Amino acid sequence: MTTNGKNGKYVGQPVKRTEDPRLIQGLGHYVDDIKLADQLSVAFLRSPYAHARISSINVDAARSAPGVVGVFTGADIDGRVGFVPCAAALPGLKVPRYPVLAIGKVIFVGQPIAAVVAVNQYAARDAVDLIEVDYDPLDVVIDPVRGAAPESPVIHEEFGTNVAFNHQAGLGDVDAAFAQADRIVKQRMNHQRLAPISIEPRGVLASYLPGEQQLTLWTSTQIPHLARTQIAVMLGMPENKLRLIAPEVGGGFGSKLNIYAEEALLGFISMQLNRPVKWIETRRENFAATIHGRAQVGDVELAVKNDGTILGLRYDVTADLGAYHQLLTPAIPTLTGLMLSGSYKIPAISMTCKGVFTNKMSTDAYRGAGRPEATYVLERIVDIAAQELGLDPVEVRRKNFPRPDEFPFATATGLLYDSGNYEAALDKALGLVDYDGLRREQQSARQNGRLLGIGLSTYVEICALGPSAAMPAGGWESATVRVEPTGKVTVLTGASPHGQGQETSFAQITADMLGVDMNDVLVLHGDTSIVQYGIGTFGSRATAVGGTAIVLAIEKVIAKAKHIAAHLLATSPEEIVFENGKFSGTPLDKQASIQEVALAAHLASNLPPDTEPGLSATHFFEPKNFTFPFGTHVCVVEVDKDTGDIKILRYVAVDDCGKVINPLLVDGQVHGGIAQGLGQALFEEVVYDESGQLITGTLMDYTVPKAQQLPRYETDRTETPTDVNPLGVKGVGEAGTIGSTPAVVNAVIDALRPYGARHIDMPLRPEKTWRIINGQ
Amino acid sequence: MEITLKVNGKSFQADIEPRLLLVHFLRDISGLTGTHVGCETSICGACTVLLDGAAVKSCTLLAVQAQGAELTTIEGLAANGKLHPVQNGFWECHGLQCGFCTPGMIMASCALLESNPNPTEAEIREGLEGNLCRCTGYQNIVDAVGYAARELTGQQARTR
Repeated sequence: MTTNGKNGKYVGQPVKRTEDPRLIQGLGHYVDDIKLADQLSVAFLRSPYAHARISSINVDAARSAPGVVGVFTGADIDGRVGFVPCAAALPGLKVPRYPVLAIGKVIFVGQPIAAVVAVNQYAARDAVDLIEVDYDPLDVVIDPVRGAAPESPVIHEEFGTNVAFNHQAGLGDVDAAFAQADRIVKQRMNHQRLAPISIEPRGVLASYLPGEQQLTLWTSTQIPHLARTQIAVMLGMPENKLRLIAPEVGGGFGSKLNIYAEEALLGFISMQLNRPVKWIETRRENFAATIHGRAQVGDVELAVKNDGTILGLRYDVTADLGAYHQLLTPAIPTLTGLMLSGSYKIPAISMTCKGVFTNKMSTDAYRGAGRPEATYVLERIVDIAAQELGLDPVEVRRKNFPRPDEFPFATATGLLYDSGNYEAALDKALGLVDYDGLRREQQSARQNGRLLGIGLSTYVEICALGPSAAMPAGGWESATVRVEPTGKVTVLTGASPHGQGQETSFAQITADMLGVDMNDVLVLHGDTSIVQYGIGTFGSRATAVGGTAIVLAIEKVIAKAKHIAAHLLATSPEEIVFENGKFSGTPLDKQASIQEVALAAHLASNLPPDTEPGLSATHFFEPKNFTFPFGTHVCVVEVDKDTGDIKILRYVAVDDCGKVINPLLVDGQVHGGIAQGLGQALFEEVVYDESGQLITGTLMDYTVPKAQQLPRYETDRTETPTDVNPLGVKGVGEAGTIGSTPAVVNAVIDALRPYGARHIDMPLRPEKTWRIINGQ
Repeated sequence: MEITLKVNGKSFQADIEPRLLLVHFLRDISGLTGTHVGCETSICGACTVLLDGAAVKSCTLLAVQAQGAELTTIEGLAANGKLHPVQNGFWECHGLQCGFCTPGMIMASCALLESNPNPTEAEIREGLEGNLCRCTGYQNIVDAVGYAARELTGQQARTR
């Protein structure tokens, strides 16, 4: 057994991934690699305007173009395909109707207006250019703060306002806390809009069989079952007639935790034409019409005493929602509100959030999803407070940590942190980076005119989403574990890994618990006709929740197998010991292997009375709480005095994600997360101009970091288990993204301290640092 | 128009539209879907293949430009059931997660090691500037290429 924190033959080991042989040989099957006979290609005409009425659409020339089989516009889907769904619920939330093709009006650049179906993508794209649309441009809403004002143009006329919701969160007497403060530290901070940019764009292949009345949809998604339910509703078909398959998925980062217009529309078109149809998103479409992340601007205020004790926090934020709600758009800023206590004891917290529609692509969950915003605000304002109070940023943090014996720790945001030892992670990181030595080095560097900066971030995040009561559509996860007649083990997980490596880590858990070779375990996922209903992969939940479902299903399998083994060995189940794949009775020389028991279970000719044949079990695991991983990231930078260029000299991350199943995979998640955080801190920003044109619509304009722009990461861990699940795991998928941005910005501000720097908004382009150095 | 080219040692002859992109020739006519399209603009490098030994981005080359050429794609690297050292490096060093950039990343790494068999870390990072990865943060990719470099130079030393 591998539970309760014990390492096994596989668990805890850096096992190479079982996914890799197919992927490193180009033999995996992403959506675009699946080809069906008679398959047609779909291309979209998308809005070139951010806000306009459509006075006419003429598709005649497109329809008669060579190779074109059909053209669909809003008139074809009106009343026949349901609206793109939003699962988030907030009091008074305004939810606009979001048609899969624009009807009468477009409200963001990239909104689909017409779909052309042709024999191949060349013919389809040619015909798109033949569609004539007359637009009457309308005034646009770009800045969410101005968009909330009464005099602003309104995007959704039916609401008479662009404000979709006002959200209030937090507990404690904030006014009293601020009244008692020695000092109130304030700062406005911007979280720029980001594009998730999975290297595989989205893609859909739909195939309808009219005889069976069955639609199969291959789509690049993180949530196959939730997508099946929602798309079936949109198409007005029984959900069990829709088979949804997430094949190999080339990255998601939250962008594929959604239901997109194109997914339902492709299903609809296939049902109309009775032929398979495929659409693969271009990168330009990916920038314009796949969800964006972040996009919050807010004022944070911290009430502190002169010794650095934090008394209270206020955060007044405006969230740029974009044009429509996608699946979770309004829920993302609420996660920010939940995480505003970070790793500190803050007795009183208040967040007010205004969610505002703008003429841009919707924002939604991008890696971290609301938590990086909270961590950034808090870790920045704590640093600013330390600066104003003349204290070391390490000491201010240390002073406000809850002690290990204060867990479970209740925050003023209504959460109960499961376990933590924040000081241990901090001390380990400081030791790794030699903090005191660095401060001395910084002193001498400054004397020599070099701008060295040290920044830290002591983050906490919320993972293992989550208890169903706190989730829009179920927070459990499912697993079926089957021991086949030959003793091979098949695991069906409701999680939907897309790069995280759970085909490997779930096999490690299974092989250890059942005492079989890892190569005898096959982990299947992503096909709703094969796998029992599941929730999917997001919110760093797959191992903590989905892995636990596997553990509990295996425990059921073992219990049944013990019963059968006892019968085979002519003893009682209570006498049976199961170890290393062998059931032993008393005396111990009587043994039956798991494989022998599996065969007996299927032959069923010699089973104990009232025993069902077969050896499989399903478990739906409902977690009792979230988990709260934490850690300390330290970034050391040097800023070039002449150019403002920022060079990361060292990046040290000590993360605590509880028990580790596979350190290779955990480090991989941390690396990738940090890279995306550094991307946000230094390079990335989605920019719309004042007319709502997307001017970062290609990889030339939007700076996804390259290998030579990123440092080597020095990673280490502390391991504080959680009792939220029997594996003791907390989740690690987003930690790097959440912990890293403030560490970088704090380091750069620290480097620029000789120039009185206090705050710079991300991305920290050299121009911004150069202006500070040059007093402009 | 008619073109003839070799992919992974196998000849292909086809009558194609002059505008057909090389990547679509590989994926749709040669039936080799390991070469991916990530951006259609030569930036992400997912479509990298070797054309007469040089790394090229097949999403912005016309198939007709490869007339008479010998191409190697990711499917052509392993020989006799044995992985290429670069493939081994990516597997050993956890140099991939979602795997979508991986074929292009591996092909670019092969070309890099061909021109510089003993690259420094900085040279590896610079040599891969034409390939984007969103999952790994690159460190394990850099290590994978270093691993492959050691394996390849070791092989050469043994065969000398």
